[in-house]
Amino acid sequence: MGDVLVWTVWGAAAFACLGSGIAVVTFRNPFFSALALIGNLGALAVLFLLLSAEFVAAAQVLIYAGAVMVMFLFVIAYLGGSATEPPTRVSSWQGFAAAAAGTALLVEILLAIGLKGGGRLADEADVAQSFGSPAGIGRLFLTDHLLAFEITSIVLLVAAIGGVILGSHSRAERRASRTATGGGPQTPDDSWSGPSGTVPAGLPEEASAQ
Amino acid sequence: MMGPSITAYLILAAALFTTGAVGVLVRRSPLIILLSLEIMLNGANLALIAFSRYHGELDGQIFALAVMAVAASEVVVGLGLIVAMSRRRLDLDVDRLTTLRG
Repeated sequence: MGDVLVWTVWGAAAFACLGSGIAVVTFRNPFFSALALIGNLGALAVLFLLLSAEFVAAAQVLIYAGAVMVMFLFVIAYLGGSATEPPTRVSSWQGFAAAAAGTALLVEILLAIGLKGGGRLADEADVAQSFGSPAGIGRLFLTDHLLAFEITSIVLLVAAIGGVILGSHSRAERRASRTATGGGPQTPDDSWSGPSGTVPAGLPEEASAQ
Repeated sequence: MMGPSITAYLILAAALFTTGAVGVLVRRSPLIILLSLEIMLNGANLALIAFSRYHGELDGQIFALAVMAVAASEVVVGLGLIVAMSRRRLDLDVDRLTTLRG
């Protein structure tokens, strides 16, 4: 009875996982793609639970389906209509090459699984009830994998700084957007070597401000 | 309790990874390419956690958590690039971004 239940949950989660994954790839509107990816992440969290990885499943729902995807949705809403892919199709040789590459990749991975692990992957290790609990993961993070933990935090910090820098208006960009509406020098280089070469460099910018 | 074996999880992970890879190859909107990349990373995560369960060691789950942190960083930088592109009035089409072509 328990087997049937586990197999049913696994089948439903696997079907939802693959279906929402294909939906992410095929939807033209990125907003719907992002929503399908949230479903994909939820289904994956169920599979993680079946593999007795409770903490990773909770982190998946909280961080991935929660924080990361909300940021995705905000950016897609910010971009508005320009986010939708233009209707021109991929050329046929590109589609053919992508299908061939995808098939080759799938066959390769399946062959690797079948040849290398076929018979040996049947019996998995017996694990304690507390396998995958936050306590065990936290202990490993603070003992065996302390260096990886610290490096991960540095990676996150650098990414946060990079996001701020990429998202902030640079000075050249401000000038470009101002001259795009009011006319005048198009690039920063033009403003340095413009017709009024005697004007100090900082002056045109301040004169045209407001 | 005899649930699905590790091989079933690995086949599902392979299918997910391939779906994401085909999405990266076929689609041209950078947003959807980022979303497809997330699918690829999640396929890898599923394989990691399946092997973690198979060996009875928690290290695979630690690795999966590190992959999630890296994916979050990648999304931050990728979305920052996309917002910068749209602010410079560039087309959101990776086939047209050829300025760096040699």
